[in-house]
Amino acid sequence: MKRIIIALISGLIFGAGLVISEMVNPVKVQDFLDLFGNWDPSLAFVMGGAVAVTLFSSRFIMKRKTPIFAERFYMAVTTSIDSRLILGASLFGIGWGLSGYCPGPGIINAMINPTEAMMFLPALVIGGWIGQRYSA
Amino acid sequence: MLESIPSQALLGGILIGISAALLLAFNGRIAGISGILYNVLFNPLSGSERGWRMAFLVGLIGGGYLMLPVGFELRQGYSPILLIISGLAVGIGTRIGNGCTSGHGVCGIGLMAGRSMVATATFMVSGIITVSILRNFIG
Repeated sequence: MKRIIIALISGLIFGAGLVISEMVNPVKVQDFLDLFGNWDPSLAFVMGGAVAVTLFSSRFIMKRKTPIFAERFYMAVTTSIDSRLILGASLFGIGWGLSGYCPGPGIINAMINPTEAMMFLPALVIGGWIGQRYSA
Repeated sequence: MLESIPSQALLGGILIGISAALLLAFNGRIAGISGILYNVLFNPLSGSERGWRMAFLVGLIGGGYLMLPVGFELRQGYSPILLIISGLAVGIGTRIGNGCTSGHGVCGIGLMAGRSMVATATFMVSGIITVSILRNFIG
Protein backbone atom coordinates (compact mmCIF):
# COMPACT_ATOMS: atom_id res chain seq x y z
CA MET A 1 0.00 0.00 0.00
CA LYS A 2 2.84 2.39 0.87
CA ARG A 3 4.39 1.74 -2.52
CA ILE A 4 1.10 2.40 -4.31
CA ILE A 5 0.77 5.76 -2.57
CA ILE A 6 4.34 6.73 -3.49
CA ALA A 7 3.70 5.75 -7.12
CA LEU A 8 0.50 7.82 -7.14
CA ILE A 9 2.28 10.88 -5.70
CA SER A 10 5.18 10.41 -8.11
CA GLY A 11 2.75 10.22 -11.03
CA LEU A 12 0.92 13.33 -9.84
CA ILE A 13 4.13 15.37 -9.64
CA PHE A 14 5.28 14.06 -13.02
CA GLY A 15 1.98 14.93 -14.71
CA ALA A 16 1.96 18.39 -13.15
CA GLY A 17 5.56 18.94 -14.30
CA LEU A 18 4.73 17.96 -17.87
CA VAL A 19 1.86 20.46 -18.04
CA ILE A 20 3.62 23.33 -16.21
CA SER A 21 6.71 22.99 -18.40
CA GLU A 22 4.56 22.88 -21.56
CA MET A 23 6.09 19.58 -22.61
CA VAL A 24 2.47 18.70 -23.41
CA ASN A 25 2.36 21.37 -26.13
CA PRO A 26 3.41 19.51 -29.30
CA VAL A 27 4.03 22.73 -31.24
CA LYS A 28 6.53 23.86 -28.59
CA VAL A 29 8.23 20.45 -28.69
CA GLN A 30 8.57 20.67 -32.46
CA ASP A 31 9.91 24.24 -32.12
CA PHE A 32 12.47 22.88 -29.64
CA LEU A 33 13.53 20.18 -32.12
CA ASP A 34 13.65 22.73 -34.98
CA LEU A 35 17.31 23.47 -34.27
CA PHE A 36 18.05 24.69 -37.79
CA GLY A 37 14.83 26.66 -38.18
CA ASN A 38 12.91 28.82 -35.75
CA TRP A 39 14.53 27.24 -32.68
CA ASP A 40 12.84 27.62 -29.28
CA PRO A 41 15.44 26.49 -26.72
CA SER A 42 13.21 26.80 -23.63
CA LEU A 43 12.39 23.09 -23.35
CA ALA A 44 16.09 22.39 -22.82
CA PHE A 45 15.42 23.71 -19.31
CA VAL A 46 12.86 20.95 -18.72
CA MET A 47 15.38 18.23 -19.46
CA GLY A 48 18.12 20.25 -17.75
CA GLY A 49 16.10 20.81 -14.57
CA ALA A 50 14.95 17.20 -14.42
CA VAL A 51 18.40 15.73 -15.02
CA ALA A 52 20.00 18.12 -12.51
CA VAL A 53 17.65 16.74 -9.83
CA THR A 54 18.09 13.07 -10.80
CA LEU A 55 21.89 13.35 -11.14
CA PHE A 56 22.16 14.99 -7.73
CA SER A 57 19.64 12.77 -5.89
CA SER A 58 20.81 9.46 -7.44
CA ARG A 59 24.19 9.85 -5.80
CA PHE A 60 22.55 9.71 -2.39
CA ILE A 61 19.79 7.26 -3.23
CA MET A 62 22.13 4.66 -4.72
CA LYS A 63 24.34 4.74 -1.63
CA ARG A 64 21.55 2.97 0.20
CA LYS A 65 21.51 -0.83 0.18
CA THR A 66 17.77 -0.91 -0.49
CA PRO A 67 15.04 1.61 -1.31
CA ILE A 68 13.05 2.95 1.66
CA PHE A 69 9.88 0.89 0.97
CA ALA A 70 11.18 -1.96 -1.21
CA GLU A 71 13.59 -4.86 -0.89
CA ARG A 72 15.78 -3.89 -3.85
CA PHE A 73 16.41 -1.45 -6.68
CA TYR A 74 14.88 -2.59 -9.96
CA MET A 75 17.47 -1.52 -12.47
CA ALA A 76 17.52 -2.17 -16.21
CA VAL A 77 18.71 -5.72 -16.91
CA THR A 78 20.23 -4.80 -20.27
CA THR A 79 23.30 -2.61 -20.17
CA SER A 80 24.75 -3.22 -23.64
CA ILE A 81 24.64 -0.59 -26.34
CA ASP A 82 23.42 -2.59 -29.32
CA SER A 83 21.70 -2.10 -32.66
CA ARG A 84 18.25 -2.58 -31.10
CA LEU A 85 18.83 0.37 -28.81
CA ILE A 86 19.97 2.58 -31.69
CA LEU A 87 17.18 1.43 -34.00
CA GLY A 88 14.56 1.88 -31.29
CA ALA A 89 15.78 5.32 -30.21
CA SER A 90 16.03 6.47 -33.85
CA LEU A 91 12.46 5.35 -34.56
CA PHE A 92 11.24 6.99 -31.37
CA GLY A 93 12.94 10.27 -32.38
CA ILE A 94 11.25 10.16 -35.80
CA GLY A 95 7.85 9.62 -34.19
CA TRP A 96 8.49 12.34 -31.59
CA GLY A 97 9.39 14.84 -34.30
CA LEU A 98 6.46 13.94 -36.57
CA SER A 99 3.83 14.89 -33.97
CA GLY A 100 5.64 16.52 -31.05
CA TYR A 101 4.35 13.83 -28.68
CA CYS A 102 6.35 11.42 -26.57
CA PRO A 103 4.42 8.87 -24.44
CA GLY A 104 3.74 10.92 -21.25
CA PRO A 105 2.49 14.07 -23.00
CA GLY A 106 0.61 11.84 -25.47
CA ILE A 107 -1.34 10.28 -22.59
CA ILE A 108 -2.06 13.64 -20.93
CA ASN A 109 -3.28 15.05 -24.25
CA ALA A 110 -6.30 12.78 -24.02
CA MET A 111 -7.60 15.62 -21.79
CA ILE A 112 -6.07 18.58 -23.63
CA ASN A 113 -6.45 17.77 -27.30
CA PRO A 114 -8.63 14.65 -27.56
CA THR A 115 -8.96 14.99 -31.35
CA GLU A 116 -5.23 14.38 -31.75
CA ALA A 117 -4.94 11.90 -28.86
CA MET A 118 -7.68 9.79 -30.47
CA MET A 119 -5.31 9.17 -33.37
CA PHE A 120 -1.94 9.19 -31.60
CA LEU A 121 -2.72 7.00 -28.56
CA PRO A 122 -4.22 3.92 -30.28
CA ALA A 123 -1.30 4.02 -32.73
CA LEU A 124 1.13 4.24 -29.79
CA VAL A 125 -0.42 1.16 -28.16
CA ILE A 126 -0.42 -0.81 -31.44
CA GLY A 127 3.21 0.24 -32.01
CA GLY A 128 4.16 -0.90 -28.51
CA TRP A 129 2.45 -4.21 -29.18
CA ILE A 130 4.30 -4.66 -32.47
CA GLY A 131 7.57 -3.79 -30.73
CA GLN A 132 6.78 -6.29 -27.99
CA ARG A 133 6.31 -9.09 -30.53
CA TYR A 134 9.55 -8.13 -32.22
CA SER A 135 11.30 -8.15 -28.84
CA ALA A 136 10.05 -11.56 -27.72
CA MET B 1 19.81 37.33 -17.61
CA LEU B 2 17.38 35.93 -15.06
CA GLU B 3 14.39 37.05 -17.09
CA SER B 4 15.63 35.09 -20.06
CA ILE B 5 15.42 31.78 -18.18
CA PRO B 6 12.09 30.14 -18.99
CA SER B 7 10.96 29.64 -15.39
CA GLN B 8 7.95 27.43 -16.18
CA ALA B 9 10.12 25.03 -18.15
CA LEU B 10 12.68 24.94 -15.35
CA LEU B 11 10.07 24.49 -12.62
CA GLY B 12 8.31 21.74 -14.59
CA GLY B 13 11.63 20.01 -15.19
CA ILE B 14 12.55 20.12 -11.51
CA LEU B 15 9.15 18.61 -10.62
CA ILE B 16 9.74 15.79 -13.12
CA GLY B 17 13.16 15.18 -11.55
CA ILE B 18 11.66 15.10 -8.04
CA SER B 19 9.00 12.64 -9.19
CA ALA B 20 11.66 10.30 -10.59
CA ALA B 21 13.81 10.65 -7.45
CA LEU B 22 10.83 9.81 -5.19
CA LEU B 23 9.96 6.66 -7.10
CA LEU B 24 13.58 5.51 -7.05
CA ALA B 25 14.29 6.35 -3.41
CA PHE B 26 11.12 4.81 -1.97
CA ASN B 27 10.13 2.06 -4.41
CA GLY B 28 13.43 1.38 -6.19
CA ARG B 29 11.68 1.88 -9.54
CA ILE B 30 12.47 3.82 -12.69
CA ALA B 31 9.87 6.43 -13.69
CA GLY B 32 9.85 5.41 -17.33
CA ILE B 33 6.44 6.11 -18.77
CA SER B 34 6.64 3.88 -21.86
CA GLY B 35 7.86 0.90 -19.84
CA ILE B 36 5.17 1.38 -17.18
CA LEU B 37 2.47 1.65 -19.86
CA TYR B 38 3.55 -1.44 -21.84
CA ASN B 39 3.95 -3.55 -18.70
CA VAL B 40 0.40 -2.73 -17.67
CA LEU B 41 -0.98 -3.36 -21.16
CA PHE B 42 0.96 -6.39 -22.38
CA ASN B 43 2.55 -8.27 -19.49
CA PRO B 44 0.78 -10.59 -17.09
CA LEU B 45 1.64 -9.03 -13.71
CA SER B 46 0.90 -9.91 -10.12
CA GLY B 47 -1.37 -7.61 -8.15
CA SER B 48 1.33 -5.45 -6.56
CA GLU B 49 3.38 -5.27 -9.78
CA ARG B 50 0.32 -4.01 -11.62
CA GLY B 51 -0.88 -1.85 -8.72
CA TRP B 52 1.97 0.63 -8.48
CA ARG B 53 2.10 1.04 -12.25
CA MET B 54 -1.64 1.73 -12.44
CA ALA B 55 -1.28 4.18 -9.53
CA PHE B 56 1.53 6.00 -11.35
CA LEU B 57 -0.51 6.31 -14.55
CA VAL B 58 -3.61 7.48 -12.64
CA GLY B 59 -1.39 10.03 -10.87
CA LEU B 60 0.14 11.17 -14.17
CA ILE B 61 -3.27 11.89 -15.67
CA GLY B 62 -4.55 13.41 -12.40
CA GLY B 63 -1.49 15.64 -12.01
CA GLY B 64 -1.94 16.87 -15.56
CA TYR B 65 -5.64 17.46 -14.93
CA LEU B 66 -4.96 19.56 -11.81
CA MET B 67 -2.79 21.92 -13.86
CA LEU B 68 -5.39 22.45 -16.57
CA PRO B 69 -6.42 24.57 -18.37
CA VAL B 70 -3.20 25.09 -20.25
CA GLY B 71 -2.04 28.48 -21.39
CA PHE B 72 -1.31 27.61 -25.00
CA GLU B 73 -3.39 27.52 -28.12
CA LEU B 74 -4.46 24.06 -29.23
CA ARG B 75 -3.15 22.80 -32.52
CA GLN B 76 -5.98 22.18 -34.95
CA GLY B 77 -6.20 20.47 -38.30
CA TYR B 78 -2.91 18.57 -37.95
CA SER B 79 -2.50 15.67 -40.37
CA PRO B 80 -4.15 12.50 -39.01
CA ILE B 81 -1.75 10.40 -41.09
CA LEU B 82 1.25 12.06 -39.41
CA LEU B 83 -0.30 11.55 -35.95
CA ILE B 84 -0.87 7.85 -36.64
CA ILE B 85 2.58 7.23 -38.16
CA SER B 86 4.05 9.15 -35.22
CA GLY B 87 2.19 7.00 -32.68
CA LEU B 88 3.32 3.80 -34.37
CA ALA B 89 6.96 4.94 -34.53
CA VAL B 90 6.96 6.12 -30.91
CA GLY B 91 5.34 2.84 -29.81
CA ILE B 92 7.66 0.50 -31.73
CA GLY B 93 10.74 2.63 -31.02
CA THR B 94 10.26 2.99 -27.28
CA ARG B 95 9.45 -0.70 -26.91
CA ILE B 96 12.48 -2.04 -28.78
CA GLY B 97 14.73 0.74 -27.44
CA ASN B 98 13.43 0.10 -23.89
CA GLY B 99 12.58 3.66 -22.99
CA CYS B 100 11.46 7.15 -23.89
CA THR B 101 12.22 10.70 -22.81
CA SER B 102 11.46 9.84 -19.17
CA GLY B 103 13.14 6.45 -18.75
CA HIS B 104 16.28 7.15 -20.77
CA GLY B 105 16.37 10.97 -20.82
CA VAL B 106 15.55 11.75 -17.18
CA CYS B 107 16.10 8.59 -15.11
CA GLY B 108 18.83 6.81 -17.08
CA ILE B 109 21.03 9.87 -17.51
CA GLY B 110 20.51 10.66 -13.82
CA LEU B 111 21.95 7.22 -13.04
CA MET B 112 24.81 7.85 -15.49
CA ALA B 113 23.77 4.84 -17.59
CA GLY B 114 25.78 4.77 -20.83
CA ARG B 115 22.90 3.08 -22.63
CA SER B 116 20.54 5.90 -21.76
CA MET B 117 23.01 8.60 -22.78
CA VAL B 118 23.41 6.95 -26.19
CA ALA B 119 19.63 6.48 -26.54
CA THR B 120 18.93 10.12 -25.60
CA ALA B 121 21.54 11.49 -28.00
CA THR B 122 20.09 9.25 -30.72
CA PHE B 123 16.45 10.25 -30.30
CA MET B 124 17.36 13.93 -30.00
CA VAL B 125 19.32 13.82 -33.26
CA SER B 126 16.66 11.82 -35.09
CA GLY B 127 13.94 14.14 -33.74
CA ILE B 128 15.86 17.22 -34.93
CA ILE B 129 16.40 15.70 -38.40
CA THR B 130 12.72 14.71 -38.60
CA VAL B 131 11.42 18.18 -37.72
CA SER B 132 13.85 19.82 -40.15
CA ILE B 133 12.66 17.60 -42.99
CA LEU B 134 9.01 17.94 -41.97
CA ARG B 135 9.07 21.74 -41.83
CA ASN B 136 11.25 22.38 -44.86
CA PHE B 137 10.06 19.77 -47.32
CA ILE B 138 6.66 18.48 -46.21
CA GLY B 139 4.72 20.80 -43.90
